[in-house]
Amino acid sequence: MEVEYKTIRNTLVVRIKGELDMLVADKMRQEIDRRLEENSIKNLIFNLEKVTFIDSSGLGVIIGRYKKVSAVNGRMFIVGAKNPVEKILHFSGVNRLVPMYSSEQDIINL
Amino acid sequence: METSLRVGTLMSIINYVHFEFPSLPENVSFARSCVGAFVSQLNCTLDDIEEIKLVVSEAVSNCIIHGYGNRNDGKIEIMASLRDDRSLELTIKDYGKGIENLEQALQPSYSSDPNRMGLGFTFMKSFMDEMEISSQPREGTSVLLKRHFLNRERQAYA
Repeated sequence: MEVEYKTIRNTLVVRIKGELDMLVADKMRQEIDRRLEENSIKNLIFNLEKVTFIDSSGLGVIIGRYKKVSAVNGRMFIVGAKNPVEKILHFSGVNRLVPMYSSEQDIINL
Repeated sequence: METSLRVGTLMSIINYVHFEFPSLPENVSFARSCVGAFVSQLNCTLDDIEEIKLVVSEAVSNCIIHGYGNRNDGKIEIMASLRDDRSLELTIKDYGKGIENLEQALQPSYSSDPNRMGLGFTFMKSFMDEMEISSQPREGTSVLLKRHFLNRERQAYA
């Protein structure tokens, strides 16, 4: 599992590759929170294009960050989720809270 | 062990696997991949296999996080068996602290840990046909899960 972090103005883009489970969830949560606080970032984009597996530990990181970002009136998006990840995001209702797009470009065009 | 005894008494078991490993987070992915590969013998769909992998991931994560409180030296056992009616029976067992209030633990969205979503049992119940939990405080928890699969060919026309 690899994670790439990129800051574009006041938005943090988190690009994840591999399987998102409890092995990586805690570390990723801490790393995202640190970056959100240190750089006073408002918005967050999770790029899940290369995520091949997600379970409730991974969903917990996403929902937790959504609560954090929303609390400071920031916006959060998920891009590139494909099956089986997309299916789990729908099944758990995450898609009703966090808008989902097919690519990062789609959000830049908003 | 229990599974091998049943091979003798119940002729419907066509294959089984029994393995154990310490409660290391690295083993969550190992366990779900193993069971996924084992189930693929049934010639079920890729969606079916992904659902089973998710269920195993949730059950093993529960053992590590809740059963052993994130300790790495606990023992987790998995027993999986395939039957000739195209069904899977899966037992995931730990010897950890057990669940004090099972009714509460089974509530959707309930979690004893605020950083978690409480979706583990919900996923297990949703993607399996049957779920049975036995737990004794300070002795451990065992989750029994059953799922029946359609033929991939038949499912395509369903």
